[in-house]
Amino acid sequence: MEAVLQFSPFLLAGLKVTIALSLVSIMVAVLLGLLGAWAKLSGSRRTRRIAELYTTLVRGVPDLVLMLLLYFGGQMALNRIGNATGLWDYVELDAFTAGFLAIGFIFGSYMTETFRGAFLAIPRGQIEAGIAIGMSGFVLFQRIIWPQLVRYALPSFTNIWLSLMKTTALVSVMGLEDLVYNGYAAGKTTHQPFTFMFVVLIAYLVMTAVSDVGLRWLDRRYSAHLQRA
Amino acid sequence: MSFADLTAALKEISETWSPFDFMLAAKHVDLFLLGLRNTILLLVGSLCLASLLAIPLAAVRAARTPIFNTCVLAYTYLFRGTPLLVQVYMLYYGAAQFAFVRDSFLWTVLREPWWCAFICMILCSGAYITEVFRGAIEAVPRGEIEAAKACGMSEAKLFRRITLPNAFRSALPAYANEVIFSAHATVIASTITIVDILGAAKHFNNKYYLAFDGFIIAAGLYMLIVYAITRGFRFWEGKWHRHLSRVHA
Repeated sequence: MEAVLQFSPFLLAGLKVTIALSLVSIMVAVLLGLLGAWAKLSGSRRTRRIAELYTTLVRGVPDLVLMLLLYFGGQMALNRIGNATGLWDYVELDAFTAGFLAIGFIFGSYMTETFRGAFLAIPRGQIEAGIAIGMSGFVLFQRIIWPQLVRYALPSFTNIWLSLMKTTALVSVMGLEDLVYNGYAAGKTTHQPFTFMFVVLIAYLVMTAVSDVGLRWLDRRYSAHLQRA
Repeated sequence: MSFADLTAALKEISETWSPFDFMLAAKHVDLFLLGLRNTILLLVGSLCLASLLAIPLAAVRAARTPIFNTCVLAYTYLFRGTPLLVQVYMLYYGAAQFAFVRDSFLWTVLREPWWCAFICMILCSGAYITEVFRGAIEAVPRGEIEAAKACGMSEAKLFRRITLPNAFRSALPAYANEVIFSAHATVIASTITIVDILGAAKHFNNKYYLAFDGFIIAAGLYMLIVYAITRGFRFWEGKWHRHLSRVHA
């Protein structure tokens, strides 16, 4: 226990990395998810194909493999493109960037399905009415589509967020000093690996529980008009 | 063109144009096959035991048996709310911290990375499958259960003949999803030195100082596994859900 207190700043630094990584990743995932949903629902056959290839790829390949592939392969690809086009010099992908790109890429595909389903759940009539009143595409999205998209997507968003947070643990394998990495290192130094991994476990459990409660509250707010008085 | 020319041309393509050096990989087929075998063994073994574990636990959860329900809920919440990587690290690296573990028969099991990964996979998949089965058991139509009771079936017979078949059928799509996620989760084994598919890929990369070639092969193999699972479940659903599909003339 004393050792845990002694190492608490070290663990907190790792916790910060984990939380930052989760937040940045979910933003990337939401953007990719919106893009993917738009591609899947668009009339063009080619964009639909690309979106389907994307979701199938992510469903077929485990997250850690994709992450390692992006971390090591992505850097080489970036530099080859830079070399060939002369647009940029040598770049180095750090573990944090590779991590959030990979996690965002993976969960973007789950978000694609979520947003696609949510969009299809919006009554067609409302969108047609918006168009009939003369709303532009952006106004229609902002006033009619987005508020309802959030409501229909929230339950599945909650699930995705919870598993995204757990997936960030894998970046420790690439050497990023997140909660798991620091917990492991501290456990090794003090010869108390169990104690430290247990603390890490509890930290994850608290994070999941807090997000669960918070997102459920948000869900109640967005569907307040559906609840009985 | 002679055979030697052909091999030279293939080697040229393999080393410069192909995304990974397939000629080199072909020399190490046995390494990747070993990885494939270990991954499949881990996946199938842990899934069988996890499903067996999940059936009684799901029954307890669905029946809301007072104290047991809370215990099972605590178990599923703990394992679903934390990363599998942390669970595996805790068991594999953590168990050695205690002298009583090191001195007992447990140590013969817990010092082996294979058993640690296996145990964690069973417990983790078991937690997820429990919740899948619970949802399915709760979705069994009340009328069928009442009818069975009216026929005079005992609790055990009712569970065996009415609840379970019905629940299995409706759980199938969600269960298929869980199986795919478990297949993804097996990569964790490679972090504790097990040579699964990813482990084989890492060995391959390290041997030839390659950055990522092995990972591409691994990605391909995993896609193959997931494809096989998807096809298998589609076939299974076709059998079990036949009465639900429309009749084709």
